Amino acid sequence: MLKRVLMAATAATALLGAAVPAFADVSVKIGVLNDRSGPYLDISGEPSVNAARMAVEDFGAEKKGIHVSFVTADHQNKPDTGSNIARQWFDQDGVDVIVDVPNSGVALAVAKVTREKNRIFMNSGAGTSVLTGEQCSPNTVHWTYDTYALAKSTATSILKEGGKSWYFLTADYAFGHALQADATKFVKAAGGTVTGSVDTPFPSSDFSSFLLQAQGSGAQVIGLANAGSDTVNSIKQAAEFGVVSGGQRLAGLLVFITDVHALGLQVAQGLNLTTAFYWDRDDGTRAWTRRYEAVNDGKVPTMDQAGVYASVLHYLKAVDALKGKDTAAVMAKMREIPTDDPLFGHGQLRIDGRVTHDMYLYQVKTPAESKGKYDYYKLLQTIPAAEAFRPLAEDNCPLVK
Amino acid sequence: MHTILGIPTQVLFGQLTLGLINGAFYALLSLGLAVIFGLLNIVNFSHGALYMMGAFAGYLLLNLLGVNYWGALVLGPVIVGAFGMVLERLMISRLYRLDPIYGLLLTFGLALIIQGLFRNAYGVSGLPYAAPPQLTGAVNLGFMVLPIYRGWVIVASLTVCLATWFTIERTSLGATLRAATENPVMVSAFGINVPRLVTLTYGFGVGLAALAGVLAAPIYSVNPNMGSDIIIVVFAVVVIGGMGSILGSVVTGFALGLCEGLTKVVYPQASATVIFVIMIAVLMVKPNGLFGRAA
Repeated sequence: MLKRVLMAATAATALLGAAVPAFADVSVKIGVLNDRSGPYLDISGEPSVNAARMAVEDFGAEKKGIHVSFVTADHQNKPDTGSNIARQWFDQDGVDVIVDVPNSGVALAVAKVTREKNRIFMNSGAGTSVLTGEQCSPNTVHWTYDTYALAKSTATSILKEGGKSWYFLTADYAFGHALQADATKFVKAAGGTVTGSVDTPFPSSDFSSFLLQAQGSGAQVIGLANAGSDTVNSIKQAAEFGVVSGGQRLAGLLVFITDVHALGLQVAQGLNLTTAFYWDRDDGTRAWTRRYEAVNDGKVPTMDQAGVYASVLHYLKAVDALKGKDTAAVMAKMREIPTDDPLFGHGQLRIDGRVTHDMYLYQVKTPAESKGKYDYYKLLQTIPAAEAFRPLAEDNCPLVK
Repeated sequence: MHTILGIPTQVLFGQLTLGLINGAFYALLSLGLAVIFGLLNIVNFSHGALYMMGAFAGYLLLNLLGVNYWGALVLGPVIVGAFGMVLERLMISRLYRLDPIYGLLLTFGLALIIQGLFRNAYGVSGLPYAAPPQLTGAVNLGFMVLPIYRGWVIVASLTVCLATWFTIERTSLGATLRAATENPVMVSAFGINVPRLVTLTYGFGVGLAALAGVLAAPIYSVNPNMGSDIIIVVFAVVVIGGMGSILGSVVTGFALGLCEGLTKVVYPQASATVIFVIMIAVLMVKPNGLFGRAA
């Protein structure tokens, strides 16, 4: 008897639940695909997932009738692993949008699968400007930064200070090559020369022989076309082998705040770097960072993780405006409404997939200048959104007519 | 400028010196593997993780207990070695009677678990560990600037390798050890506690890995992935040298460091694979490795 009553009650509750007036409910599934074990773990990893969840909460998605669920995976920095996961997510798990994906090789592979399956790919972590260039796609959004923007800002600032001859240490995969190619353009445009380069296996822990070759080249500037632990190791070992004290200058073309933290200010001080996001830029970024730290064991957000937050937020805005998730409609809506969030400010999603926003040239503080935990950067220059990224006319993107 | 094989001599000597430094790590690590394999017949895949633990032991001893580099050089291997002996007693010792593949799988699993735990706790960006003040600075050798610390690594590694080889091949303790692995029943009949000897040997092999870890800490950042980066290369070294050959692993370790250094000048992209190419070539000509005895 009791059992029957209970069952009836349960059934009634279920019916009640279903009867709650639902206004145009949409369910979306977000796949966070990134590095969860390798050299880019600290710039992406689980905190990227938490950043995406923050965006869902901040937007009040549930109240607006958008039910968001998540899946996450480790692409192990292998393009084939990444595209297999993406394919499975789209075919079997009903994923609507893939976000993050550091590692340019993996990002290019995922972009292809996403286009084939006609879903959406919002990249934050990868650098290659090819993603919105020759291999641009109507399904790709590239949010945070790219090799063009990094090279333009950092290389130009160093060229202005007199570093005219360059030698590159280049991570031997899509990202490193794109970064070297983009930086070379700016060096040559400013009347500088590239004396040579060496392709280093990715990832490497020992850069001493490559640094020795760079040292022997006699170039004024050693451009580091690498990222993550590769950058940390090359800067550290350059100090050890007296590269900087020998009069050569290091140009870290992609430096994350986690890299500066790992190096320590003693080694990293004076480094010029370009970033799309720094936690201590204004009240908006500081307030967001405090909440971010609360859910990430006090870890500092990188621009990659910040970009995941902002891109998910923008996606939800489009879904909310449409009350639907049709790929073409959402992409069109995302292009139509300007991007606007406390982390990246105002910007626009262009036809080639590039999101424009301000970029910042910072210099790493000296230990004496730093007032507290993660107080690492001082602002040298703000590069306005309109100038920071590659102009559409130079894109080579087939979508640009 | 003089050139050899079209390479300026300056560059060549610089790269060879660097190759020797890397070779010092390969030698120390493959020596530990060779001792463990030669005497226990265990393919110790957790060697890389234990090497990483050595580096972390150095870091934690300094930051939690204020023990400096020299203290860590002794305590690190002792602590990690003791940890290794616990692993051996609790798990590995149960597999001696089985096919070596089981030991390989077990130690591989252990490596993944240890690495995962450290990655969870410390991330992958690496933790700074400074070289001791006595060994900072650099000397100009004419053809390159050699950081004093790196020179020290070569000296320390060579000393430890030779001492180990001498102990195992030329002392009565070494003779007992070798006998115990040849015929454990006979040796225990002489009143020697063979299981304890085996545990100590494993602990010693692990201690060598940890020593390499402490030596590596000031050069590479202390990083949970540092072991998995190097262990595959070290296995290739052991295979080339001949599984279980003590002298073979030391000589091969240094020699392959040099080969790798040369490749970095001639064709850098191949520097990550050259050792495996050599491995394949050696296996085709001498399946037991350069110094291995025919099975």
